[in-house]
Amino acid sequence: MLDVVTAPPETRVAPRAAMRSAKALTGNIAVAQAIRQINPHVCAAYPITPTTQIMQEVAQFVADGLMETELVPCESEHSAMSACVGASAAGARVITATSANGLALMWEVLYIASGLRLPVVMAVGNRALSGPLNIHCDHSDSMGARDSGWIQIYAETAQEAYDNILQAVRIAEHPDVLLPVMTCMDGFLTTHTSENVELLGDAEARDFVGAYHARYSLLDVDNPITYGPNDLPDSYTEHKYQQVLAMQNAARVICEIDKEFGERFGRSYGMIDTYCMEDAETAIVVLSSTAGIVKEMVDTLRAEGRKVGLLRPRVFRPFPAQELVDALKGLRAVAVMDRALSFGAEGGPLFTEVQSALRNAECGAPKVVSRVFGLGGRAVARDEIREIYDELDSDRPVKFRLVGVRE
Amino acid sequence: MVAPGHRLCTGCGAGVIIRQMLMSTDYPIVVSNATGCVEVCTSVYPYTAWRVPWIHNGFENAAATISGVEAAYKSMKRRGDLPARKNDKPIKFIALGGDGGTYDIGLQSLSGALERGHDFLYICYDNGAYMNTGIQRSSASPFGANTTTSPAGVMIQGKQEERKDLTAIAAAHNIPYVATASPGYYMDFTRKVSKALEAKGPAFINVLSVCPLGWKSEPEESQVLARLGVETCFWPLFEIENGKFRLTFRPNVKKPVVEYLKRQGRFGHLFKAGNEHMLAHIQQRVDEEWGRLLEREKK
Repeated sequence: MLDVVTAPPETRVAPRAAMRSAKALTGNIAVAQAIRQINPHVCAAYPITPTTQIMQEVAQFVADGLMETELVPCESEHSAMSACVGASAAGARVITATSANGLALMWEVLYIASGLRLPVVMAVGNRALSGPLNIHCDHSDSMGARDSGWIQIYAETAQEAYDNILQAVRIAEHPDVLLPVMTCMDGFLTTHTSENVELLGDAEARDFVGAYHARYSLLDVDNPITYGPNDLPDSYTEHKYQQVLAMQNAARVICEIDKEFGERFGRSYGMIDTYCMEDAETAIVVLSSTAGIVKEMVDTLRAEGRKVGLLRPRVFRPFPAQELVDALKGLRAVAVMDRALSFGAEGGPLFTEVQSALRNAECGAPKVVSRVFGLGGRAVARDEIREIYDELDSDRPVKFRLVGVRE
Repeated sequence: MVAPGHRLCTGCGAGVIIRQMLMSTDYPIVVSNATGCVEVCTSVYPYTAWRVPWIHNGFENAAATISGVEAAYKSMKRRGDLPARKNDKPIKFIALGGDGGTYDIGLQSLSGALERGHDFLYICYDNGAYMNTGIQRSSASPFGANTTTSPAGVMIQGKQEERKDLTAIAAAHNIPYVATASPGYYMDFTRKVSKALEAKGPAFINVLSVCPLGWKSEPEESQVLARLGVETCFWPLFEIENGKFRLTFRPNVKKPVVEYLKRQGRFGHLFKAGNEHMLAHIQQRVDEEWGRLLEREKK
């Protein structure tokens, strides 16, 4: 698909040797800069709005001699992810990017990448999964891929999207993890919106990600290996169990790497982001860029004397259940705002995860309601956030509703 | 480089093809294998029949997968990041798929990889149906073939459509080397594999693969059939090297196509009374195509 918006040339940032620079960058450009600094062996991708810009920028960096990456400009996302699998199994460091239908077309191969324990990193610009066709932001694409065995990290800002890519490489390649990582940011809202982003110096970024030496490479021809065999019922469960353990290990590794990143560069995020939760009685749980507008509303309501808070899971897979329970257990009521539907379920996908974590914790759980919003890029208004907080103060808030829907 | 003890059927053409394929070269080879008979029968965990590096990704993406491996090779070689090894012979890349994984579901992936110019050889072992899932028709199934999704019945006598000319489609990508082959003419096949691996860029070889299970033929006749396919001109042997077409085998006496068909139960219904026109049609198509190839070689 064609991108409808192209990067203005002035947003291209010339690489700098060792100094950090704060610039107004879109999420896409910031992520492209991170990829330039990582300088992976292979980028295989296919264009799709709103992430096309990332690989456009990367292609230009390669054309300008600023990267040594081998580009594989595929004829579909299915082939792009397939090429990523091949390249990663060959021992290469591999990065790609996609959105929505592109992610859906990759579906089959997402499971193969994680099942073969290949540390591919993918930037996702979240976009509605049609039909009817809609190119704007919601989370139906990556939420559909939540069970594919990929680690999922959601960014609130372009800065975080940039930092997440650098961290994702380390997380994916960690010997205790060896799982692919999806770093998500909101389509257009983050991919195309300029924010102040501080880039690391090239040398310190490269030093942070380090070199990658795959344990098993198809190119180690003296020690031939078989990747992706025919795995029968006598062994398949054990291989899936190893993935379960790897995903459990990922929670620890994500925290360690985030902490190291914080110590070196002064920015750290943790598994969850909380805002005014210390004495909160009610809270909204929401992913990604929407946290910004909710934080504003928290400030407004706090000024009115109301004890409200916000919790933003930064990591969705592995799901930070314990961190969430610790932050929410004393509350009276919680609204989980999902930017995706799970048709026929009791609420959105984030809602069911939050509800399940709280119920399992047997902690005198708060009342939890589901609010689905922002589908296909529908803007959410400040008043609609206020209304959700108001509902949490009522005795019997409706369990599920679509915010702003015309019935 | 393929160990004995794989689980392919007795008389399977594909087992012979992969053995001949790997005997054809001294280069280190990396294989990407589409889902299919060869894949499931040679890699039953925790065993593997492959003594070369091998990857199975999905059904439709053997070409895309090898394009990623080849891109990794180029990049890692350039940067000095390749794993250490005893000699520094260039590594060559082969993607392998059946007709289902190549003619049908993998056609886009194949086309993309050919167009992008990756340095690899794609080998299609064409047994003319989805044998691994139980003999369903593919676009490679010949006219008249009885398959489980184009069965011969009271009203319809097997597959009613002609097979797709995949070799011509591959050639239309203007890649350096395209050929057909048969394990029945193994000197021809192994020479073509060697040539294809020397080509600078993508190469494609379409290989006739006898399937006793799906063809309902006798396992001990597989090599006979692999030769008869060629000798009847049902499966002509040729190569297109940098655009130059050349027949690599001309039968002294072109045998009638029924010699090939009558040994296969999948065509058994064509020999019943009332179906003579279908046999005549197949012979006519074979003659026309052979005539076209002879003309083409003159040019």
